[in-house]
Amino acid sequence: MDDMRIVERQLDQQELKIKADNVQVYYGTSHAIKDVSVEIEDKTVTAFIGPSGCGKSTFLRCLNRMNDTIDICRVEGQILLDGENIYDKKVDPVQLRAKVGMVFQKPNPFPKSIYDNVAYGPRIHGLAKNKAELDEIVEKSLRRGAIWDEVKDRLDAPGTGLSGGQQQRLCIARAVATEPEVLLMDEPCSALDPIATAQVEELIDELRSNYSVVIVTHSMQQAARVSQKTAFFHLGNLVEFGETGQIFTNPVDSRTESYITGRIG
Amino acid sequence: MPETHIQTAFDRDLEAIQALIMKMGGMVEAAITDAAKALETRDEALADMVRGNDKAIDELETRVNEEAIRVIATRAPTAIDLRTVVSVMKVSGNLERIGDYSKNIAKRATVLTQMSQIHDTAPAIRRMAQAVELMLIDALDAYIKRDAKLAEDVRLRDAEVDQMYNALFRQFLTYMMEDPRNITGCMHLHFIAKNIERMGDHVTGIAEQVIYLVTGTLPEDNRPKNDRTSFQKALEE
Ligand SMILES: Nc1ncnc2c1ncn2[C@@H]1O[C@H](COP(=O)(O)OP(=O)(O)OP(=O)(O)O)[C@@H](O)[C@H]1O
Ligand SMILES: [Mg+2]
Repeated sequence: MDDMRIVERQLDQQELKIKADNVQVYYGTSHAIKDVSVEIEDKTVTAFIGPSGCGKSTFLRCLNRMNDTIDICRVEGQILLDGENIYDKKVDPVQLRAKVGMVFQKPNPFPKSIYDNVAYGPRIHGLAKNKAELDEIVEKSLRRGAIWDEVKDRLDAPGTGLSGGQQQRLCIARAVATEPEVLLMDEPCSALDPIATAQVEELIDELRSNYSVVIVTHSMQQAARVSQKTAFFHLGNLVEFGETGQIFTNPVDSRTESYITGRIG
Repeated sequence: MPETHIQTAFDRDLEAIQALIMKMGGMVEAAITDAAKALETRDEALADMVRGNDKAIDELETRVNEEAIRVIATRAPTAIDLRTVVSVMKVSGNLERIGDYSKNIAKRATVLTQMSQIHDTAPAIRRMAQAVELMLIDALDAYIKRDAKLAEDVRLRDAEVDQMYNALFRQFLTYMMEDPRNITGCMHLHFIAKNIERMGDHVTGIAEQVIYLVTGTLPEDNRPKNDRTSFQKALEE
């Protein structure tokens, strides 16, 4: 009998969401991303792994033009979202970031109430017709961020007054509130306990049915658990990109193998 | 992969399990030789020893599995490490089965010492056992050296064992037809030969694990199978 899950994986071939071609990123003269081409599928969780400083965050930030905010940063090459070049002059970065949401490596709640942190995006993009609808979006988002129960009685308290792990989940709630098509998550669980981590991973899996998720993680087990595709970065290069099961049982490149098995490479 | 883990305790864990496999391998090699020798020399004491030693082999298999499960739980092995852990579990299972077959041969050897000898079949059986034992030695050598080529060679040699079995099978059939008083003894001898042929399959299984360990994929093409006599086919159909 054929393994059902193998059959399912084969059927799971998804449409292309983001196509990056020959992307180079420079910080001043330092070459941080070297000729990276990758195809990110819709309705798929893609994990970026690799040693600290290899360029995961840098590449992730290219996908919603977050690098525009860094003066010395220069991006070359092409990145297509649904076939459209996101670096085209016609593209409004603010609109782009509503479509391609992001959760940062360090939690960065706005200095506003918990409620307003989540309501901010839906308000500026006009996603709610009235207060009741906005309340609903806020609650749903906080639930998805696995933090509703902890904050439902103090929605007016400042978001900055939460613990580090709670702040990170608040940022996740904020990021999903605008229903982005692509969600970029940079180490979303590094400050979370195992329960909250499991809840966030469950959320990621749930988001996968409608969106494309790209997650940077230092936890090999997290990458293996949540993703269908894994990309291994090393010194600014994309060394290996493949089906997650293959990467974790039989990687092709010896640098990938050394890294995921915890060997000195 | 020659490099060591950053966490040296991980290397120690994996080495410890593989040392258990090698210990088990040595015991199983001895069991094959001794069982065949007990049969040939009609040595009941040696046969008893083989039967007694099987318990230790079984216990080692249990230990290998416990250690492998512990490594999975505590270290979440991936890639080559994961394949190592999976392969030790399979190899220990193969070795345990070979130990069981040796024990069964020893049991039948004891029964056969109570009967008059049937022609001179023991040397042929011993040669067959020797062929399997050499395959096992090479398979374990291939395992330790991560030598997929040697493992492939072992895998192909199983056909010779199958041929030896077919030859013995025909011989036993002739003896049984010659004189019905040979039937009981020949049935035991046939089961012994069949046991050795099955041992060859388990050694092949070990060789295949070596190939999986080194290359990440199991060999796909089916080996030439020569263990089906027309008489057996008749029985199965
Ligand atoms: N704002 C910046 N200005 C200058 N150099 C930067 C900047 N951000 C990153 N870099 C450099 O670019 C390279 C890649 O950094 P990046 O933050 O993308 O790595 P990373 O893979 O996300 O690492 P980590 O796992 O530690 O988060 C590093 O050498 C880093 O020093
Ligand atoms: Mg980073």
